[in-house]
Amino acid sequence: MPATTRYTGAAIGLHWVIAVAIVATFSLGIYMHELPLSPDKLKLYSWHKWAGVTIFLLVLARIVWRLAHRPPAPVAGMPAWQRQAAEAVHVLLYVLMVAVPISGWLMSSAKGVPTVWFGVLPLPDLVGKDKGLGELLETAHKALNLGMAALVLVHVGAALKHHLVDRDDVLVRMLPMLKKP
Amino acid sequence: MKSGQLFAWFAAALLAVPAAQAAGFNQLQPARSAVSFVYKQMNVPIEGSFKRFKGELTFDPARPEAAKTAIEIDLASVDTGFAEGNDEVQGRLWFDTKNHPVARFVSTSVKPLGGNRYEVAGRMSIKGRTLDVKTPATFRQADNSGVFEGAFVLKRADYGIGEGMWADFGTVANEVQIKFRMTATAAGK
Repeated sequence: MPATTRYTGAAIGLHWVIAVAIVATFSLGIYMHELPLSPDKLKLYSWHKWAGVTIFLLVLARIVWRLAHRPPAPVAGMPAWQRQAAEAVHVLLYVLMVAVPISGWLMSSAKGVPTVWFGVLPLPDLVGKDKGLGELLETAHKALNLGMAALVLVHVGAALKHHLVDRDDVLVRMLPMLKKP
Repeated sequence: MKSGQLFAWFAAALLAVPAAQAAGFNQLQPARSAVSFVYKQMNVPIEGSFKRFKGELTFDPARPEAAKTAIEIDLASVDTGFAEGNDEVQGRLWFDTKNHPVARFVSTSVKPLGGNRYEVAGRMSIKGRTLDVKTPATFRQADNSGVFEGAFVLKRADYGIGEGMWADFGTVANEVQIKFRMTATAAGK
């Protein structure tokens, strides 16, 4: 029974680690891109890329988990449109969690700067240096990020609505510490 | 006596063959030459290049020791691999192109290392500092031109390239690999 009403520890752990990492990496991206050029800026860019690659790998692990486990069913009594909306937002979030780091990686290659994970492991350049492509991918990386930010707000808003208005266990099953004794 | 004369004739004939092409290659072709570099930023190798340079190169395969070259690089033509970097490195902390627009290399000796390999020594002047540098180079002949290719490591700090906040090598490494390909044709060809 508990397996159907809450997520496994692995799913919960991955969800929150990825959530915190995405918010931090997104904020870093917003902050760093307008900075004047300096060694610190170059460092921040590298950290941002390392974080992006790390998130990408965590998301892959999360997808593997998702394919191997059936998540808890939607809470009873939810209108069909809400179930469908929740399903759509989750699918889109997965798509964006994969697409955002890939767009950043490709953008970096197109701009002539390979990505070297933690300064140790070089990632291959899937595209060559190309100014036009670099600008296109920059626009894509921004758009995908803004799209993801909007979806995250919907996701968080819905979770809070379930918890505070509907008073069901949608949030609790992903955040067991909220559980009332 | 007669055989001595014959020998002298023979020797003269032998020497005459290279002498006929003694002019060697002496017209540097910048459009078919390249000066590029690889630097490491946060341990990420990034390629850059200089778009404009000119100079002289005289090389006679028969007399490699007599080879000479002098290359002037227009530092404002730098492409660091990313747009922001191009403006930055022209600034005071890097090349300071306003006060030092040109980097100059003047060879002092060319030493054959066997085969098609040579060691070119010379004086490199950048940003008001002149230092001795040495680089290996290979020579090959292609059609009517001679091509010198080589690479060496230049330490940017030796010339004060990247001062102040950039002086720390943690972000941009000190070692910069300089790669060159110099193509020269024979005069009148």
